[in-house]
Formats: sequence, structure tokens, C-alpha cells
Amino acid sequence: MNEMNQFSPAEFVAIGAVKVIAVFTVVMLGVAYMTLAERRVSAFIQDRLGPNRVGPFGLLQPIADGLKNILKEETMPGTAAKFYFVLGPALAIMPAVVTFAVIPVASPLPTPKGNVDMIVADVPIGILYILALSSLAVYGIVLSGWASNNKYAFLGGLRASAQMISYEVALGLSIIAVLLLAGNVTLTEMVWKQQQLDFWFVFPLSLAFIFFVVSAFAETNRLPFDMPEAESELITGYHTEYSAMKFSMFFIAEYAHMLTASALMATLFFGGWDIPFWTGDDMFYHGGELIRGFDAAGVPIAAEPSGLKTLLTLGSFTLKTSFFVLLYIWIRWTLPRFRYDQVMHLGWKVLLPASLGYIMLVAGTMLVLDQVGVSFGFSYGLVLTGVSTLAVLAFLFVVDRDRIIAGAHRRMEVTGPGGRDVRSKPIPPYR
Amino acid sequence: MAISVKVMKRPEAGRTSYLRATLKGMSLTFRHLVRPKAVTLEYPEEQPGLHPRWRGTHRMEVHADGRPKCVACGLCPTVCPANCIRLVGGEDDQGNRYPIVYEIDEFRCIFCGMCQEVCPVEAIHVGRHFENAEYDRDRFVYDLDRLMEQDHPVTRLWDPSDPRSE
Repeated sequence: MNEMNQFSPAEFVAIGAVKVIAVFTVVMLGVAYMTLAERRVSAFIQDRLGPNRVGPFGLLQPIADGLKNILKEETMPGTAAKFYFVLGPALAIMPAVVTFAVIPVASPLPTPKGNVDMIVADVPIGILYILALSSLAVYGIVLSGWASNNKYAFLGGLRASAQMISYEVALGLSIIAVLLLAGNVTLTEMVWKQQQLDFWFVFPLSLAFIFFVVSAFAETNRLPFDMPEAESELITGYHTEYSAMKFSMFFIAEYAHMLTASALMATLFFGGWDIPFWTGDDMFYHGGELIRGFDAAGVPIAAEPSGLKTLLTLGSFTLKTSFFVLLYIWIRWTLPRFRYDQVMHLGWKVLLPASLGYIMLVAGTMLVLDQVGVSFGFSYGLVLTGVSTLAVLAFLFVVDRDRIIAGAHRRMEVTGPGGRDVRSKPIPPYR
Repeated sequence: MAISVKVMKRPEAGRTSYLRATLKGMSLTFRHLVRPKAVTLEYPEEQPGLHPRWRGTHRMEVHADGRPKCVACGLCPTVCPANCIRLVGGEDDQGNRYPIVYEIDEFRCIFCGMCQEVCPVEAIHVGRHFENAEYDRDRFVYDLDRLMEQDHPVTRLWDPSDPRSE
């Protein structure tokens, strides 16, 4: 928005094109190296070495994989709906790569002509754009599951749609808490609000963060919620019939979604490109001027953007995003898959009411704070942090209560040899 | 490089909950992530340590003058349970017996090592060797020259006084 005022239309288009190409390249490279990271990290977790043959430490492995996928034979099932079969992967990959456009990756870069925002498109609808487009991805999955004319693929597609709808609700509701606190849907403004609050939103909105992480895992079809793929149940679900580059496109889409979700976690809850304990990198457009904050009298203090600050904040953002990517991989190789009814139960009966209640709690606390006259700042965040910590403890207590793991030997003890029930009532299944 | 099997104790009933078990699992995988105890053998660069009694492809011992030690007594084809040794013996003008044809079909061989045990002159041996890949099936019938060319270490026989080869 601000670039349009500073640059001529030709310059604006040129800068935009450069940013699009740069972000697209980085996202694609990131996806490629996430596949390598996934394989290496999983290997280390399982006391193996992982792919280390192609290039130093296996760093050229993604390139070899890409070449292989391009050269492999594209199979087309005889009974598939051909048009939709081809359309599916395209529909899956497009939303995955375009969502990164509205995520700010660093502080504005000063140039002799004006400041360049480190974001492809600083659209005013921000997070709504991401929500709208990321849910479009499920169309690709459902369509390809149906078009494959394969029962496993179709089941995968059905599961994907049911899961998307269930967790979209919890995801949206967990974001609403953030929107309440930020007062805006633009991601650049959310970063700014976190800088002004002196708190990353993960502290005042800790329960929303937990809900967001769980829902984001379900939205990106990652373990423990990879119902649509479920290798051991549905072969590989919706992409059973796909091969070569079409399969690869689903893969790229899944990892691009992971990258976007990780970047979103970093932006919404961990201050985006903000560097902690340093106000020098705080920057925001206020009335057309880049400001760092307000002094006691409410007069804006001008910010000093610099190339070094852009680089540092970019590093901060990359670090935070990589941490969440690692979390994705780490959890995948720790937890087993949920049962399908458990996934639905968690989405509708736990996350939905809990996040609704939490929104009420956050909104109520903010109302009280506003009525008392606490200004948006450190003490405001501190009170919210206290309330949220209590909410997290209460939530974990309720969720954790009575969920006791009993080994198979216990079931033997209870039912007796030969499965004879020696107790008055059988063991209830996990609700 | 032996991998031992670790028997995990079942969690006692009523001792742990899902959430705590999840966190425990995460910490376990994280410990392995930061300090992997990789048991992978990077094979072409690293060679596996073969046991001294490992029985692999055969090798024929030779005298200093290049003649095979085999005296064509016929014990090994007789004892061979897989019937994979073909031996045609001959006699030179001093009356020394020697093999005219000595072939071992490595596809048929079951690597029991009985040929080595039965050999009175310690000529035929099974070896501590496993890299036998060939481009052609015919190459797996080892003739006398091929057996004499082999230079890998030979298998140590089982010793009743040292049953574990220590």
C-alpha cells in the first residue's frame, strides 16, 4: 500500500515481480529441503543416517528426487475421470504456494527512492486471504480422490473434506483470539501490535496457540492427523493413483502448506520478524510515515530502517519458521496416527467448545482491562498472560484427566484368559 | 555392530496419561535426534567385521610352486550335501594325484563348510568373503584357476576346546 505512494507505477511493478520471484523461489527451495530435513531428522530419531549419498551430507538429494520425478512415467488409470484427474494436483498446489504472499518476512528495506516492504502483497485482508485460499486446497484433494476411481483414494478424499471442515472451525476460532488482541487482520499490523505489547502473542494467548498448532497440524494433513493419507489404512489415500510429477505436486503442496503454517505460527504468535528484547527493529506505517513507537505524549517516533535490520529480522523470521517446521517433523516421528473417530471427537467436541470459551474469556478480560483503563502495553499483556496460563492449566487438566494408558496385559488381567469378562462392565473405549 | 533388542516394559495401569506419555515420547525422540546412536554401516566405505567362522565363497590353497594343494582324493564331492563339487582326478608320472577338473557351483553350494572339514591336506577352504556379484550366471561356477586366484581370508574351523571362537 505504501509502496504505491513512493514509487512510480513501473518501479512498483518491477519491485513486485522481483519479490514474487524471490519468495516463490525461496518457498520452493524451502519445500525441497524440508523433504530432505524430514528424511534426515526421521533417520536421526530412529538411529539411522538417512540419505547422505548425493552431495555433501546429502544436500543434493532434493535435486536428484526432482529429476527422478520429472523423468518417471506418468500413469493414468484407465477408469479415471481424466480431466479432473489432471486438474486435482494443480488445484492442490496452487493455494499452497500463493498463501505465502501475505506473510511479512522482514522489516522494510530502505532504498534511495523509498522503503520496500518485505512482503509480496500487503493486502488489507491478510489472514482472511490465507484462510480462504488454504481451505481451497482440499478441493484438489477431494477432486483427485474422486477422479482416481479408486476406493482408497475416494476414502482419502472424503476423510480430507471432513477433517478440513472440522479443523477449519477450530483454526478460525483460535485466530479470532489473535484478531481480538491485534484489532486487525493485516499480518504486518499483527507483528507491529506484538512489538507494541512487549509480548509475543504466544504468552497472552497461550491457549489459542495450542489450539492453532493442533488445528494447523490437522489442516496440513500431518501426523498425528494424516487421515487422508494414512499409509497403513488407505495405502496413501487420495494420491494412491498418482505417479511422477503429479504425485510430486501433492507432495510439494503438503510441504508448502507446512511452511506456510509454520510461518503463520511464527507471525501470529511469535512476533513474526520481530527480534526479542530490542525495540530498534520495531517498524510500522502510521499515517504514511514509518514509525518505531509513540513517546509519552503520543507523538510518533520515526523509525530508522536499514539493510542490516532487514537482514537480521529476516534471520529471526527464518529461525522461528524453521523451528516450527522441525516441530512438525519431530511430532510426526513421535506420535502414532489418531483413529478417525478420535480426530472428529477432538475437533468438534474438544477444540470447538474450548476455543469458543477461550474467546469469551479473552474478550471478557480485554473488556475489563479497557474499562479499568489499562493502556495497551506491558501490564495489559501481563494480565492476559496470567489469565491465559490459568486457562491452559485448566484445559490440560480436563483433557488429561482419566485418559489413562493401560497396556494389553491389563486388558488380559481384566478380561481373563480366553477373553472371558471377569469384571462387571467392559473397558470403555477411548471417547 | 550387533543390534540388541530392547524389551520395553509395559506402562503400569493407571500410572500415566496420554498427555504425559506424549511429552515423554517427544523427549525420547528429541534425545535421539540430538545424539543419534546410528547403527548404520556405511557399507562400501566401511566393511563389516566378519566373524572368524563366517563361511563364504571357496578358495583353493596352492603350493609355493603354484600347484594346487588338492590331491584329488574325492572326499569333498562325496561329503558335499548339495552335490556342488565336480572333481576329475589325474595322476602325474611321479604318481602324485592332482585335480584335472575341480569345479564348485556356488549357486548350489549351501556353505556348510564340510568340504573344508573333510579335506585331508587343507586344500579347499570356505572363505570370509561375501562380495560375489557377477554380471553373468555362468561366472558362478568357479573352476580350479578361479579358486586358486581367490585371496580372501579363510574360515577358521570350529574348535571343540573353544566352542565360541574366543
